[in-house]
Amino acid sequence: MSALTGTRHLTRLAFRLDRLRLPVWVLAIALLPMATAAQYKQLYPTKADLDSVRAVLSTPALVAIGGPLFRVSLGGLTAWKIMSTELILIGLMSLLTVVRHTRTEEETGRLELISAGVVGRHAPLTAALVTAGLADLVAGALAALFLLATGLPATGSLALGLAVCVTGLAFAAIAAVAVQLTENARTAIAIAGAVLAGSYLLRAVGDTGPTWLSWLSPLGWAIHIRAYAGERWWVAGLAVALAALLAALAYTLAGRRDVGAALLAQRPGPAMAAAGLRSPFGLAWRLHRGLLAGWLFGMAVAGAALGGAASALTDQIAVNQELTDMLARLGGSKGVTDGYLGAVFGIVGLVVACYTVQATLRLRAEESAGRLEPLLATRTGRVRWALSHLVFAVVGSALLLAAAGAAGGLAYGAQISDVGGQVPRLLGAAMVQLPAAWVLAGLGVALFGLVPQATPLTWVALVACLVLLELGALLNLSRWIVDASPFAHVPKLPGAEFSATPVLWLTAVAVVLAAAGLVGFRRRDIG
Amino acid sequence: MTDAISVSGLVKTFGRTRALDGLELTVRTGEVHGFLGPNGAGKSTTIRVLLGLLRADAGTATLLGGDPWRDTADLHRRLAYVPGEVTLWPSLTGGEVIDLLGRLRGGLDAGRRATLLERFDLDPTKKGRTYSKGNRQKVALVAALASDVELLILDEPTSGLDPLMEEVFRTCIAEERKNGRTVLLSSHILAEVEALCDRVSIIRAGRTVDTGTLAELRHLTRTSITAELAATPTGLDALPGLHDLVVDGPRVRFDVDNEHLGDVLRQLTGCGVRSLTSQPPTLEELFLRHYEEELVGS
Ligand SMILES: Nc1ncnc2c1ncn2[C@@H]1O[C@H](COP(=O)(O)OP(=O)(O)O)[C@@H](O)[C@H]1O
Ligand SMILES: [Mg+2]
Repeated sequence: MSALTGTRHLTRLAFRLDRLRLPVWVLAIALLPMATAAQYKQLYPTKADLDSVRAVLSTPALVAIGGPLFRVSLGGLTAWKIMSTELILIGLMSLLTVVRHTRTEEETGRLELISAGVVGRHAPLTAALVTAGLADLVAGALAALFLLATGLPATGSLALGLAVCVTGLAFAAIAAVAVQLTENARTAIAIAGAVLAGSYLLRAVGDTGPTWLSWLSPLGWAIHIRAYAGERWWVAGLAVALAALLAALAYTLAGRRDVGAALLAQRPGPAMAAAGLRSPFGLAWRLHRGLLAGWLFGMAVAGAALGGAASALTDQIAVNQELTDMLARLGGSKGVTDGYLGAVFGIVGLVVACYTVQATLRLRAEESAGRLEPLLATRTGRVRWALSHLVFAVVGSALLLAAAGAAGGLAYGAQISDVGGQVPRLLGAAMVQLPAAWVLAGLGVALFGLVPQATPLTWVALVACLVLLELGALLNLSRWIVDASPFAHVPKLPGAEFSATPVLWLTAVAVVLAAAGLVGFRRRDIG
Repeated sequence: MTDAISVSGLVKTFGRTRALDGLELTVRTGEVHGFLGPNGAGKSTTIRVLLGLLRADAGTATLLGGDPWRDTADLHRRLAYVPGEVTLWPSLTGGEVIDLLGRLRGGLDAGRRATLLERFDLDPTKKGRTYSKGNRQKVALVAALASDVELLILDEPTSGLDPLMEEVFRTCIAEERKNGRTVLLSSHILAEVEALCDRVSIIRAGRTVDTGTLAELRHLTRTSITAELAATPTGLDALPGLHDLVVDGPRVRFDVDNEHLGDVLRQLTGCGVRSLTSQPPTLEELFLRHYEEELVGS
């Protein structure tokens, strides 16, 4: 039996298990650029229209978010607008797929069952990489084809598809190494996800100044392939080389460990529980604290970076009166900076909502894993157990927003010598997002209590909010569709006036949803 | 004395599956009760109803004098449960889980915890994700056995244990009985129930097909024997307790009630035994033999 025996069988199994999940990812990734291109075509029918946006799009803050605008053309603009989102999506798809078909299987012991059959030592890893790689290939090819169909140049379309595909391959390989390091699928996802986030940050900082930083990031490479702007094909080779190198490393590491074991060895823990581990809340604290701490750190850093960029933006634009007026109009606020900050904290709100949903859906994860049953066989009541987890969704989200707002206020305030004034202002801009994030928590609880199988749809709702925020204005969607997102109702602080009505409404909706969910949960079967 | 558990006419359906179909179960206070049935018979479902995790569609269930669905928290103070499939929190150690479950039940006997850890040979410092199935089961067992409760509900607690640990488990249950605790022990292995239980309820496809003391169910405990003898045996078919005899020259095959095993073996030895294998009948065989007509009839 060779090390690869059974790979084909396992690959087929992986595709069967993912027969719904992967097509959804691939289609989303393939359609997004086309939708953007089609929209820009409508928005800027002439060259003159295109030229008029150039100045705005070259401001540091927007360059940090989307990358540099290499060429003002329909294709150039499309690539600029959608590339970062595409790369993050394909990176996530690839790393989640690899972890799912390696560590998750190993952790749940299913792999042990399979390995006992005729399956070679490296077959599971190979099957996972082949699965992710094929999905990357199809996503890239379809993205290119769809772009071509909108009438964009073939070379550029191909380059964009290639950039998407090779980035996916790189992150599949990064995940393949991550799963060798730890015994725990969640930790492996966290490691690979941190590399993805770090790549984004490196590129964001690099593109606004020290260019060499972008060249340390796989996401930077993909953007510097320059689709529709004088393609530099050799850059794609960097990502392919990295993927090959890391895959080789993953195989070497896998050869050195036992099934189920990891390179970062498991340290023994305490033989007795600490005094605090005596209630559902004590348990929830143990289960949530690591995640919350990681998020707190991340949001503080992100808040500081975004706040710090604000004053550079102001300096840059202040010299151009025309532009200042225009951005002020766009932001619908008193000044350029406030418009920028309002937009930035809108995004921060959505990012924090990811944590909110993650913490809320822990309820279902615990139940599905069978860890709820033994707890409910003790004195622990159902609602008390659910609330002990929801505390983290509700209060944790508030802490995250506070961290982002305070750090942003400090960074921005320090630059314009107004810490005392800016900290409360930006804290407000961040905290006002809280009720919208709570609505998603409420939705999660409602689904969990009333239709438990549908609980993961909460993620779909979150992605819908993100799409509505990103594309709602661009796609000219009718008002009531855009308004379906709770985030559409949040006052755009710090520029706009604060209004209590939407905040109270959103909070009320969240509470009603959560209450309905808890009532349903008390009545339904567990399991 | 009142009954610790009494279940009557219990029905539970999942979509089109009728998991429980009028199940009856009575567990007297202070007894070790075997809850026997093949896989998928509805043992776990019954136990989940008794724990208030599932709501029955019809029938009544009384647990320690209360309603398992309404009086959940009060009842759960007085019982400990070991699920059939134990999953632990990956980041918590076995010791932490034992303490947590014990405290959530209202207290744990530290001395007994230490003794049980030693007897089950369990390392409490390992993280949940590194335990094997058997060790996860031991964590749940230690947590349950070290709790000061009246009733133990154990769902196939030995399915992941090796024979040595099964022996330890049997000793522990024998002690629990001496201490006056009530035990509901579900199993799909007849021999295990035989070794441990005062009374047994046998279920199949969500219905109770037989219930009684082991003596009353003695007809179930037979051994299948295959032997090769030096000479063709005579007089075997006249022996009491012998069933399904097949004689093929010097080779014989038959089932014998365990209480007559000694007589039959003496008779065989008289003929000169060249080889002999014996095995207890599987539960499935028993069902085929005893309840087929009943099931066909229903
Ligand atoms: N949550 C559920 N959903 C659907 N069917 C179930 C569920 N739980 C149990 N069943 C079905 O009910 C029957 C009885 O299952 P169970 O009580 O687990 O049997 P046992 O524990 O005796 O092996 C089986 O056919 C099983 O497939
Ligand atoms: Mg069962």
